[in-house]
Amino acid sequence: MRLMRRYREDPGALAKLVADDHVHRDVYIDPEVFQLEMERLWSRTWIYVGHTSQVPNAGDFITADIAAKPVILVRHTDGKVRVLMNRCAHKGTKVVYDTAGNAGKTFRCPYHAWTYRTDGSLLHIPLKAGYEGTSLNAQGLTPVTHETYRGFVFARLADGLGFREYFGDSLSSIDNLADRSPEGELELVGGCLRYLHNCNWKMFVENLNDTMHPMIVHASSAGTAKKLWEGKPPEEPKPMAIEQYAPFANDYKFFDDMGVRVYPHGHGFSGVNFSIHSAYSSIPEYEESMKRTYGEERAKQILGTVRHNTVYYPSLTIKGAIQSIRVARPLAADKTVIESWTFRLKGAPDKLLERTMMYNRLINSPMSVVGHDDLHCYRSAQEGLAAEGNEWVSLHRDFKQTELGAGELTCNGTSEISMRNQFRAWREFMAP
Amino acid sequence: MTEAELAKFIYQEARLLDEKRFDQWYALFTEDAHYWVPLAPGQTDPLTHNSLAYEDKLLLKLRIERLKQPTAYSQKPASRCLHVLQAPEMDKSDAARGEYVMRTPFLYTETKGDESQRYAATAWHTLVQSDQGLKIRLKRVDILNADAALPSIQLFL
Repeated sequence: MRLMRRYREDPGALAKLVADDHVHRDVYIDPEVFQLEMERLWSRTWIYVGHTSQVPNAGDFITADIAAKPVILVRHTDGKVRVLMNRCAHKGTKVVYDTAGNAGKTFRCPYHAWTYRTDGSLLHIPLKAGYEGTSLNAQGLTPVTHETYRGFVFARLADGLGFREYFGDSLSSIDNLADRSPEGELELVGGCLRYLHNCNWKMFVENLNDTMHPMIVHASSAGTAKKLWEGKPPEEPKPMAIEQYAPFANDYKFFDDMGVRVYPHGHGFSGVNFSIHSAYSSIPEYEESMKRTYGEERAKQILGTVRHNTVYYPSLTIKGAIQSIRVARPLAADKTVIESWTFRLKGAPDKLLERTMMYNRLINSPMSVVGHDDLHCYRSAQEGLAAEGNEWVSLHRDFKQTELGAGELTCNGTSEISMRNQFRAWREFMAP
Repeated sequence: MTEAELAKFIYQEARLLDEKRFDQWYALFTEDAHYWVPLAPGQTDPLTHNSLAYEDKLLLKLRIERLKQPTAYSQKPASRCLHVLQAPEMDKSDAARGEYVMRTPFLYTETKGDESQRYAATAWHTLVQSDQGLKIRLKRVDILNADAALPSIQLFL
């Protein structure tokens, strides 16, 4: 056990894992570092729980594991949502076990029928007289600090920064996603693709704005898509699948020109100027309804913001232009579930819904040939990092001293600044 | 066609997959065919609900051509698979139109190096008689735990 306490007992050693432009392999492979991540980084920051459209009516709930802890997101009778620890005050039993449902007015523990209102307060204990004169100070279901932003519910398990201070201007990507609905509202629909990754959660999160990999890793899928469509007459309409696959094979210049922007506390996105989603066929009926809602200029501005991936560090990543989100649910240093969810833009034609579903199948499914090659590389790194002779992982690309402490910063798209920015937040939130 | 003739076709189809004769497998499908692996039990809509896969012939072609590429990194080492089929049963038949739906529960194993995954699933084949013989218009595969957190499934169930 001595080995398992080296970073807990030595904050200096923990801080040294992250240098300005490289990181130690232990951030990915060490079980003690993972444990500390859950206790510190994942407890002191705002973690995505779910979307309010999943719980439209009083009593509706979903369950989730955030930071490897079981929580309930529920709509109380007052119409407001709550986040509660899913743990009976009596013996620890989860009071609900389904991933989603309606609890009615109460959560009733299946073990001994301790019963709670949907705001978590304790309503009833059977044969209560038996506790008279004991030191039992029965609490309800532990409430969790939470904030809702345009339907996105985030929870913070321990003390930390306020919601606005933590996310700052990075919230503009959630705005862009919600604004893409002609009614300004989103509805989570179509179930959740759950892809088990046998790698560290950071490998997935970092990869989303790693723009030096698509043309290499996805040569076999996107390259083949391009080849299958080569030589077709220009008047033949390009299938949606080809439109979605082919840009992954674009060249370095394309991804460099996309640009990347980072914000304090680890957040950021690539696709400042355009992205792999920019050249999709237009859907005139949708564009017309956007103009009717927002006016021509504002509609153009919303639809012209075509960001690639925005990372709400550490748990949530969103794609506004394709109305989908991916959520990292870490389970162990080398085990992570990636959840991929899709939104209906209220008031938009079904064609957009079909587009996001196709994208989710082609890119985020356990059967995705894009996902297969990504995960192969993550897993390969998880194993390769055990090699001796070099304990460090390089984040040097386009590093400049001036970026230190710079706050919001916009850079060329192939810079590794988004990873460095994430690790600077990591170091900050991992300090004891 | 008889149930036995249709069943034989389904056994042969599984054998092509197990022997990785994907180009021959591809040729079994009609031009408007789909290969569908739904996400939810009883799912009726492939377009506005998530699925693990819903592929037309273009996407099937892409998948098959990709497997031939030396840059298909996730295929190092290459996956292998085996379908163990229960006897296929006729679920619906319209002999006049030459259309049949067959139901085939099966166990599927996919291995890659030291890793091995097993699934219980039910295949629903919509088969049509054509000038070129019997063809698949829809192969739907309901994996028993399609909504679980699954690792990469790289070949065809």
